[in-house]
This record gives sequence, structure tokens and C-alpha cells, in this order.
Amino acid sequence: MPVTSNTARQPVPRRLLDAAAPPLSPAARTAWLTALDDGWADPRRLYTEARRARALLDAAREVVAQALSLRPDEVSFTSSGTVARQLGLRGLLHGRRRAGTRLVLSHMEHSALLLTAQWHGDSELVGVDRLGRVNTEAFAAAVRRPGTAAASLQAANGEVGTRQPLAEVGQVCREAGVPLFVDLGSGLGRDHLPWAEGTAPPSSAGAPVEALPGAASVSQTPIGDVLVADARSWAGPPGVGVLAVRSAVRWRSDGPHDQAGLDRAPGEPDVPAILGAAAGLQDAEMHRTDRAERCRALIDELRAAVATIPDTEVVGDPVDRLPHVLTWSHLFVDGEALVSELDRRGFAVASGSACTSSALEPSHVLAAMGVLTQGNLRVTLPLDPVADDVRQLATQLPEVVAQVRAVLGADGL
Amino acid sequence: MTARPVVVDARGLRCPQPVIRLAAQAKGLPDGTVIDVLTTDPAAEQDVPAWCRMRSHTWLGVVPIVDRAGAATGLRLRVRLGQ
Repeated sequence: MPVTSNTARQPVPRRLLDAAAPPLSPAARTAWLTALDDGWADPRRLYTEARRARALLDAAREVVAQALSLRPDEVSFTSSGTVARQLGLRGLLHGRRRAGTRLVLSHMEHSALLLTAQWHGDSELVGVDRLGRVNTEAFAAAVRRPGTAAASLQAANGEVGTRQPLAEVGQVCREAGVPLFVDLGSGLGRDHLPWAEGTAPPSSAGAPVEALPGAASVSQTPIGDVLVADARSWAGPPGVGVLAVRSAVRWRSDGPHDQAGLDRAPGEPDVPAILGAAAGLQDAEMHRTDRAERCRALIDELRAAVATIPDTEVVGDPVDRLPHVLTWSHLFVDGEALVSELDRRGFAVASGSACTSSALEPSHVLAAMGVLTQGNLRVTLPLDPVADDVRQLATQLPEVVAQVRAVLGADGL
Repeated sequence: MTARPVVVDARGLRCPQPVIRLAAQAKGLPDGTVIDVLTTDPAAEQDVPAWCRMRSHTWLGVVPIVDRAGAATGLRLRVRLGQ
């Protein structure tokens, strides 16, 4: 039967507020398209086209290394953020197998890391407070226990935005001689890096001041011995992850050797996608300070607006957080109904509620924080945020929440 | 003597229904009343304590419901109305 009823309606403008999985940024898209023509060849072969692909790959590696203030040979590309996390953590544990087997990590880590820890076996999960920040003393105590092979702590949580106390934890790990795995997952290209002590750009009153674009000096070093990132966090292609291993770190692949592999990751590199990711990161870093400021202002506005809706819990640290992420939950509301109704009105937003996950379990992050999980919504602002999209959401949300509550018969509870 | 807990059997219902049933049952009951929510919804274990916090009730804890063979079939979440 032909569908006629819907096509006659005025199309609703789309408002994309789930930049955890965004469309490519213009910079990433242009570079990717160009590299499809120039970088299609196998970079390991020796003829002209292959050498050109190799040159593009090397250039991409240098760009990413510069953004991280690392050496190019410390940077590898993987086929996704998840693969970077799995491979990076497994290689670190394998390289340290003579020192011990225990892995210490926070409850807030990406599910790819939690599942790798579960697969590994000997791991200790450290709890977090209501804001989602790991308990530094408990983390330190776990790291100092004999037999600790490695520790893992994210720079910030991509679901709730809370930054982790990496400076303190980094110091504890260094003193204990335990390598630290740092997931830059949602922050690279959006937030400043967690810089090691004495190497950070100047800061005041605990609020880190953004480094000037391109002002990263060689003396700056990020906290962490193995660092991973996902190109999606800066609107790069979804099939590119970054795995950075500091040269002094003992990292060994625990899988079969890939004879053809160019670096730590097995398999053929997708040069066009990698180039798109690198160009996207360069662009994101160049405009980061300005965009982060605009994101922060819009998120503050949205946070204040959402908090006025009755029976709403806004979660995550309000200040020491990623500039572009906000999560909140509404009591007596079905997350799936909320996402569907907002989608009908043009909004693309994510949810960590149980009813919106394939496993029908609430987000492990919300559960670890002990906050409300029903009626959960998560906004991740795009690189270049649109103020009207955020304001429209703030305007329409009270009505949508009331509507869903009425359908569920939850009025006046 | 303590009164028996009021039981809200929300087994088989998914989020957010167990919390809605609990809130509906709690309406009009005096402070001090103990309510047990029986549930098979994994989110209820998070959301019932959160409801307690948001409504100033007291979260008493969770125990698994086991069948005769000893297998867990759900959860019993206990709250007390009021502080």
C-alpha cells in the first residue's frame, strides 16, 4: 500500500543533538573524499600510487601525534574506537604479565573496556560518587596493591560529562610504577587534554584555561602511558580509532603477529578514512577553544531549563565536565517513548534508559552513579553547536515529558 | 508489633511501570508504612532507591526472590515511607 498520509506533511527540520555518533564534519568529509582518489592504494607497496597512499598515512599520523603532543611512532590507527580500547588494554596487560595480572579500573569506563576486563578475569572495579567521579583514595589503594599490572581511567565520561581526577591518579600510578591506560574517548577534539603536571598550559582557580590553538609545545605531555580515542568524538569517520603507546611502555600484542601490519594494529589501514579523521581532528583542535566555550554556555542554559521540569534529575558534574555533554532523567517516564516523540518533533537525542538498550538494562554508568535511569536523555552537542536546536529542545521538552507521563497514567504521583 | 509490608507485585512489568505502581500505592499511605516491590525489571533496582531520594522516603534494600529450586526469579525491593 502506498504511503501518502505522511508525505503530504510539512517536513520537520532535523535537530541533531547526538554527536557521540555524528555525521562527518566538513573538514573530515572533504579530506576523506579527496583521499578516496589519492589514497586508495595499499601503502605497503612500492609503486607511485602506493607511495602516495603511504605519504598520506604518514601525514595523518603526524597530525594526530601533534594533537596528542606525542611522537608519530607512538601513534597507531585501528578500525574503530572499540578496537583501539580492546587492543590497547590487552597489549598493555600482556606486556606487563610478569609484573602481575590485576587490572584496576573505574565503573565509569567504556563498556568495551569493562568487557575486556571481564574477559581478562583478574580485575578490580573502583566505585564512583553521585557525580560519577572515581574515588581517588580507593583507586590509589587498589593500584598500590602488589600484583597490579595496569590501571585504566577515562579522561572524562562521555555519557554524563564528568571529568576524572587524572592528575592525582596519574601521579599515584607513576609512583607505584603501574602503567595507566587513559581513554580520551569522548573528549579529544572537544576538551583540553589531561596534561601531566608541569606541562599543562597555564590555569587558574582550578578551571583549566584552553591552550591557544596550535600552541602545543613539545614540553606538554598528556597523562597516560597508553591512550585511546575514537574519531567519532570529533566528527571523524566511525571506522577509525587511535591507539597511542608511549615509547617507554612495555606493550605487546597478545594476538597473532600480522606480517603485513604497518603498526600495532593488525590489518590493512583504511587510508581515506584515516586521513578524514586526521584532517577532522586538526580542524576540531583549531576551533576547539571557541566551540567549547559556546557548547559550555548552551549546556549551562539547557541544564537550567531541564532542571525546572518537575521530578527531573540532572546528572554529572555541573562544572568540572566535558563542555558538550548533558544527561538527565525524568521520573515516571519511559525513555523509549521520550526519544520517539522527540524524534517525531525533529530531535535526534540518545538515552541510557533500560528500555532503549538491546539488553534491556540501564546504562552501566547511570547505575554506577546510583542515579535515576528511567526517562533518561543524553545530549551531545555537535562540533559546531546550533543554539536554536538547543533552545527548541528546552522549549518543547516540558510538554513532551507531560505528554508521556499522561499516557502512562503517572499524573499527580 | 510491626505491620506486614504492603506488597506491590510488579513482576513482568518493565521500566518505568514498577516505580509508577509503587508511587500510586504509596499515595495516601501514612509515613512509616513499609512497601515491598516485587520486580523482574533490572532498572527498578536503580530507580526505586532514586524515587526514595527524590520523594524523601527511606530505601531499605533489596533481596532476591528465589523459587523452590533456589533459582532467582526476581527482586524484592523494600522501602519505608517517610524518613
